[in-house]
Amino acid sequence: MSLRRPAKHQPENFEFSSSSLDAAKKIVSKYPKGKQQSAVMALLYIAQRQNSNWIPLAAMKYIAKFLDMPYIKVYEVATFYTMYNLSPVGKHFIQVCTTTPCMIRGAGKLVEACKEKISENECELSDDKSCSWMEVECLGACVNAPMMQINDEYYEDLDKEKTLKILDKILKGESPKPGSYRGRLNNEPENNRKTLMEYKNA
Amino acid sequence: MPKLKVNDIDVEVEEGLTVLQACEKAGVEIPRFCYHEKLSIAGNCRMCLVEMEKSPKPIASCAMPASDGMNIKTNTEFVEKARKGVMEFLLANHPLDCPVCDQGGECDLQDQSMYYGVDKSRFKENKRLVPEKYMGPLIKTQMTRCIHCTRCVRFATEVAGVPELGAIGRGEDMQITTYLEQSMQSELSANVVDLCPVGALTSKPYVFEARPWELKKTETIDVMDAVGSNIRVDTYDWEVKRVLPIINEDINEEWISDKTRYACDGLLHQRLDTPFIKYNKKFEKASWAEVYKIIKSKFENTSKEKICGFVGDLTNMETSYIFKEFFDRTLDIKNYESRPDNRFINTSNREDYIFNSSINGIEESDLIFLVGSNPRYEATILNARIRKSYLNNNTRIFSLNENGDLTYPYESFDGQTQTLKNIFDGAHELSKNILDSKKPMIIIGESFLRLNNAEYLYIKIKEFLSKNNKFLDDWNPLNILTCDASSVGNFDLGLINKETNLLNDLKSNKFEIVYLVGQDNINFNKRDEFVIYQGSHGDKGAEIADIILPGSAYTEQDAHYTNLEGKIQKAYKASYPPGEAKEDWQIINEIAEFMNNRKLFNDKEELESSMFNYLNLQKEKQNKEYKKEFSGELKNEKLKIDIKPYYFSNIIARCSKTMIECNNSKLNLKSTGTEG
Repeated sequence: MSLRRPAKHQPENFEFSSSSLDAAKKIVSKYPKGKQQSAVMALLYIAQRQNSNWIPLAAMKYIAKFLDMPYIKVYEVATFYTMYNLSPVGKHFIQVCTTTPCMIRGAGKLVEACKEKISENECELSDDKSCSWMEVECLGACVNAPMMQINDEYYEDLDKEKTLKILDKILKGESPKPGSYRGRLNNEPENNRKTLMEYKNA
Repeated sequence: MPKLKVNDIDVEVEEGLTVLQACEKAGVEIPRFCYHEKLSIAGNCRMCLVEMEKSPKPIASCAMPASDGMNIKTNTEFVEKARKGVMEFLLANHPLDCPVCDQGGECDLQDQSMYYGVDKSRFKENKRLVPEKYMGPLIKTQMTRCIHCTRCVRFATEVAGVPELGAIGRGEDMQITTYLEQSMQSELSANVVDLCPVGALTSKPYVFEARPWELKKTETIDVMDAVGSNIRVDTYDWEVKRVLPIINEDINEEWISDKTRYACDGLLHQRLDTPFIKYNKKFEKASWAEVYKIIKSKFENTSKEKICGFVGDLTNMETSYIFKEFFDRTLDIKNYESRPDNRFINTSNREDYIFNSSINGIEESDLIFLVGSNPRYEATILNARIRKSYLNNNTRIFSLNENGDLTYPYESFDGQTQTLKNIFDGAHELSKNILDSKKPMIIIGESFLRLNNAEYLYIKIKEFLSKNNKFLDDWNPLNILTCDASSVGNFDLGLINKETNLLNDLKSNKFEIVYLVGQDNINFNKRDEFVIYQGSHGDKGAEIADIILPGSAYTEQDAHYTNLEGKIQKAYKASYPPGEAKEDWQIINEIAEFMNNRKLFNDKEELESSMFNYLNLQKEKQNKEYKKEFSGELKNEKLKIDIKPYYFSNIIARCSKTMIECNNSKLNLKSTGTEG
C-alpha cells in the first residue's frame, strides 16, 4: 500500500443530487449543532456513491463547505481510509480479498483471473472502461474464502474458473448471482451441520 | 492539588497539569518531540515515556494527567529501554543526512539520540522516501526527515488560525502537507520552522548559510511593528544571517511574524555606506568633514524658522532624543515632528496613545471592538493573542469595518463614523454589549486617528466609557494600536509639534532646510528645499536628498524602543554599520560639535541618562483631564482602513528579496526571472 493521490483529471464541479442531499441532511441532523463535522465520513461515502464510486477533489471541497470545516481536514479523512476511492474506478468495482485466510485458500488465483479478464494492473479500467479491480484487506468473510466483492455484493467460495465465469458475465452486462459458489447457504457447513444436532434452529 | 512523587521527590502541582509538567516542576527533564507548551497535546511521539508504579506499561507523561499519590520514576532501566525502543523506531525511517541538514546542531532528534539512540540499526528494509512539498517561499521541506510529531499542523490550526496544514495518508505513508501543496497563507507561517524538532521544515532563505555554533547570538528587540517582539539576531561577521524569537510571555510568547524573521536580508541591500553630496543631480561620494561643513554653512545661513526636521518609523529613542535636543539647543527652534501624516494624538496624557489593556490583557477581555484597525497586518503577534482569547474565552469580537479574514470570526459594521457615534451614544445594539461586558477592549487603529473628526469621536468614546465605569483600577479599556516601532517612544519624548502643522507647511514648500532622520514616508513635492537625509537605506528619502548621512539599522546600535503598550525595551548591537556609516546619535552629536564646538553629550551614557530623566519628568507632568467641547453636528465620514502593504511597510522590508517573494506568492505571481 502506498499513499493514494487524487486523480490527475478532476471534474470542475460537484454538487449533491437531491437524493444525496436528503441523505446528507439526515445524517448531519443526527449530530448536535456545531458538531456537524462528525458527519464527514458518511458524507464522503454518499458523494462516492453518487459519483460512480470515486470522490473527486471538488466533492471534498463541497463537503468541507457543507460542514463548515477546512478543506485539508476532509482531504485528510479521504486519504486515510482506503475504502474511499480517489481516482475513477469502473462501474463494476471488483475488490479481491487477499488477506491471510483467503490467500491460503487461493486468492492469488482470483487475482490472476482479474488480471486476465480486466486489466494487467490494479485500479486500471478494463478495455471497455466498465470494470476495474483491486486487492483489498479482509472483507470479513473468511469462512467462505476465497472471496471477492463486486459493488455491493459478495461472491464467495471461488476458484479461478468460477471467477472467470463471473467476470465474463459482468463484462457482458449481466448480473451474476451473489453468495457461495459451492452451493452453501450463507456460511453454514458443507454437507449439513455436524454439531448442535439436537437444536432445530441453531 | 494533587501530590505525587517523581524520582522520590515530592511535588505538588495544580489540578489539570500533566505528569510531564509535574516532572519539570521536580526538575527532571523529559525528552519529547510532539509536546509543546503552547500547543494542544497530541501524545503521538511516545518519547516522553515514564514508569508509573502499579502500571505494567510505561505511560506517555505528556498526555497523562497528574493525580494524587502517583509514583513516577524516570531514571530506571525500564524507562531507558522504553525510550530507546521509541527512538529506534523514529530512527528507522529517518535519513542519516545530518551533515547536510540545516537543523544540525539545533536538532532535538540529534540531541536526544545522543542519550537514547542505539549505535547500530536493526532495520534492514529500505527507508521510506517522501517527496518534498511546496509550502511557500519561507519554508523549505525535506519530508523524508519528518517524524510526524504534528506540531506544525497544530500550530497552523490553533495559533495561526489557518488550517491549511494536515497529515494525509496513514501509517508509514502518512505525509504532512498543505492542502494541494499551496503556500501557507499566514503571517506567522515561519514559526513552524522553529517548532519542527527535526530538519523536515527548515528556513528557505537561510538554507545552507551557516551552522548554529558559528553564529554570534544577540538578544534584542524587533522594530518591524510596534509590538516590540523579543528576538535573537544571529550574525556571521557583519551579516545578519537570521532572526529568531525569544520567549517573552508578556509580548510575543514564542512567536514572531514572518516580516520580523525574514526582512533581515534587507539589511544587506541598498545600504548607505558613505556620505554623499548631490552635485548637478548626481550623488558623489564625500567625506564626513565635507558634509558637516556644508551642513554647518547651510544651517548658519538660513533663518531658523525655515528649518524643519522629521524622524522616521524605525528611529530609536536615543536618536530621537538627541535630534530633539539638537533642534532645541543648537538650532533653537521647535520644528520637529515624528508623525508622517496628519493624525490626531494627545501627547499630554500617556494613556491617550498607548495600548492600555496590555497584550496580556487581551486574554482576560470578554469583548473586543476594533475601530479602524486591521490587527492581522498592523500587529500580527497581537492578532494571534486576540485569536487565543477567542479560542480560550470565546471572546466576542466586533469591527467597525469589514476586514477580511482576521483568523477568527467577528461581526462587522458599515464603517461609517455615524455608526460609531451611535454606538458610543448608547443607541446601538453593540452599546449594550459593551455595557454588559466586564472587561471590554476598544482597539483604535491609526486609520481612525487620521479621520477629520478623530478628536471629537475619541473624546466621545472616552466619555462613554468613563461615564459607564469601564475604567477600573486594573482595567483600561481604551487602546491605541500604533503601527511603527518608534511611534510611542517619540510621543513620550514629545517629538510632536502642537502649534504648527509642519506637514502642511512642508507640502506648501515653506521650508528651506529639511532634515530627515530615517523618514521615508513623507510625500511632498520638493522645490528648492535643501534636504538632508540620515538613514540606513537608499530609499524614497535618500532619493530626494541633497546630502546623505549614512546611519545604522536597528541591529547595529544599542538603543531603546518603546512598544505600543508603553514598555521600554533595550535593543542590543548585533552587528556594526557598513563602510563609513555611523550610529545615528553620533552623527547628530558630531554635527552639533561642528557647529558649536561643543558636543551635545559626551558619550552615550550621558545621552541615555539625560533621556531617562526627561522621560521621568514627562511622566509627572501628565494631564489626565483632557477635555474639549465640541459644538455642531458630526459630519459623517467613511472610515477607510488604510494599511501599508504588509511585506513592504518599512525601508528594511522594502529592500528585502524574501519579502518580495512573499508578496508575490500571496498574489500568486509566478517568478519569470526577468524582474531583476
